[in-house]
Amino acid sequence: MNPVNYLYLAAVLFTIGATGVLVRRNAIVLFMCIELMLNACNLAFVAFSRMHGNLDGQIIAFFTMVVAAAEVVVGLAIIVSLFRTRHSASVDDASLMKL
Amino acid sequence: MSTAAVHSLWTTAADPIAKIEAPKIEYGQLAPTLIVAGAALIGVLVEAFVPRKSRYYAQVFVSVVALCAAFAAVVGLAAGGYGTTRAHVAAMGAVAVDGPALFLQGTILLAGLVGLFTFAERRLDPAAHGNRVDSFAAQASAVPGSDTEKAAVRAGFTTTEVFPLLLFAVAGMLVFTSANDLLTLFVALEVFSLPLYLLCALARRRRLMSQEAAVKYFLLGAFASAFTLFGIALLYGYAGSVSYGTIAQVVEGKVSTVDPALANTTGNDVLLLIGAAMVVMGLLFKVGAVPFHMWTPDVYQGAPTPVTGFMAAATKVAAFGALLRLLYVVLPGLRWDWRPVMWGVAILTMVVGAIVAITQTDIKRLLAYSSIAHAGFILAGVIATSKDGVSSVLFYLAAYSFVTVGAFAVVTLVRDAGGEATHLSRWAGLGRRSPLVAAVFAVFLLAFAGIPLTSGFAGKFAVFKAAAEGGAAPLVVVGVLASAVAAFFYIRVIVLMFFNEPRPEGPTVAVPSPLTVTAIGIGVVVTIALGVAPQYFLDLADQAAVFVR
Repeated sequence: MNPVNYLYLAAVLFTIGATGVLVRRNAIVLFMCIELMLNACNLAFVAFSRMHGNLDGQIIAFFTMVVAAAEVVVGLAIIVSLFRTRHSASVDDASLMKL
Repeated sequence: MSTAAVHSLWTTAADPIAKIEAPKIEYGQLAPTLIVAGAALIGVLVEAFVPRKSRYYAQVFVSVVALCAAFAAVVGLAAGGYGTTRAHVAAMGAVAVDGPALFLQGTILLAGLVGLFTFAERRLDPAAHGNRVDSFAAQASAVPGSDTEKAAVRAGFTTTEVFPLLLFAVAGMLVFTSANDLLTLFVALEVFSLPLYLLCALARRRRLMSQEAAVKYFLLGAFASAFTLFGIALLYGYAGSVSYGTIAQVVEGKVSTVDPALANTTGNDVLLLIGAAMVVMGLLFKVGAVPFHMWTPDVYQGAPTPVTGFMAAATKVAAFGALLRLLYVVLPGLRWDWRPVMWGVAILTMVVGAIVAITQTDIKRLLAYSSIAHAGFILAGVIATSKDGVSSVLFYLAAYSFVTVGAFAVVTLVRDAGGEATHLSRWAGLGRRSPLVAAVFAVFLLAFAGIPLTSGFAGKFAVFKAAAEGGAAPLVVVGVLASAVAAFFYIRVIVLMFFNEPRPEGPTVAVPSPLTVTAIGIGVVVTIALGVAPQYFLDLADQAAVFVR
């Protein structure tokens, strides 16, 4: 199959993720959408790597996975601490500083 | 038939396994980063093995020694000529060791050191159950107001993890300014962002606001870095490499033999333009430029004030370092495309930052919008696309970071029963009660406003001069007008402090330990020194203003 199709898929996944971040309200779901965006990037890296015939893109995909894992650790810690204080993970409820 | 001959029917002698060459790492040139990252790891071990009573002292000692040693290493490298004649790319093309990198690394390390002093301050809050407390939560995992938290406070717990977190953030920033390929750029971006997200959530007072700030910063920061990463993917797709030098060559069409595998993509400007736009967007988010500034006021207000000061100064330096390198090293061939866009961003940033700041009633929010306006002024220097542009931005960043850390350190001093009194109305008449603190804050505000004899004036003058010479005169006009608007609200705070009657139940000014005094003192001295005699430092920035490629 033409590897360009994977690029289109990556772009679609990235857009779905970005749309999800913009329209959803639950911090966990937002976070999952961000992870979807990162995985779309990975797909793009691997597809480009296949097109170019060099391995850089595949190596970068590994780095992205590690970074995404680290981000999960930090992100869930912050979201869970917010949830335990407020008993809600909705980003609309967190509005103490709204003018 | 002998065994060997039979064997040869279905096997063939392989070539001897090719030697994999070990990567060549110039440890000496990477010393500043390695020292800070190593000390951060030692800090983690200190958390694990040192008894609770002595952790604070051990952590502060390790952090101060590491930051000083790293700064000494930067000075050593600069004295060895790595900033000028011997500049080159270390670690197999991943990290640049050149003038801008060393200059900004030195700035980040000093800002980090001053920030560290405010982190370590333990005399501002009244002692809880006989234990000195700092600005950070007793136990980050305890729900505010719960029995667990009360028990943690009674037991005298403190979150000494903030010191390794600070060091990790500094290490990430050091790499961020000197990253010479897009992968290193992305990893460094995350390495310095993740500790900052955590630090934002750790305030002792007003934990709810602090956690809210952390969630907002985290979600928006991760969103922005996802965009950066997709941009990196597209640039990789365009050039077939993530190395700055290679991408720049492909952009300028200087690749002599086009790799047939790349022929489809190098001709595709869509990949280049969208990719570059997305990477620059991620960096503009970190810088806090309009329209990517939405997180700034909330995060600055909610985060513990020492963290805000450190973050406002060091993140801005690191992000502008990376932005400069990206635009000047990777994308100079694209400057006719990015300059108009950056013009728009710079004008929006200056105008929105200055105008929205007028309506603010909280001192931390006010300083946040002021930092947005300053990002716009610095962007004017970035747009100059000249050596003067680079040197003026370097100078401005150095001047700005000390003013910022100092100003937020003063904010930590003005307190009432609920912690810091950040509402502007509470600051009325502060000059009558504690003239020294008010005078020091006035110096910082004047520097923000860019009044002569402060570092802010020298910085603004250099940036606007470079922008005007670089053909961006209309931008300078907008910048000067925005500065005038900004000066209005800085002066308004000064008037509020000195010419208003103090409130009877107004806030008190806490007597700080020598740590905060040192932090504020360094801020004032640097602000005035760079204002009265800027020439030496301008020359230094000028020498440092050449990127390696």
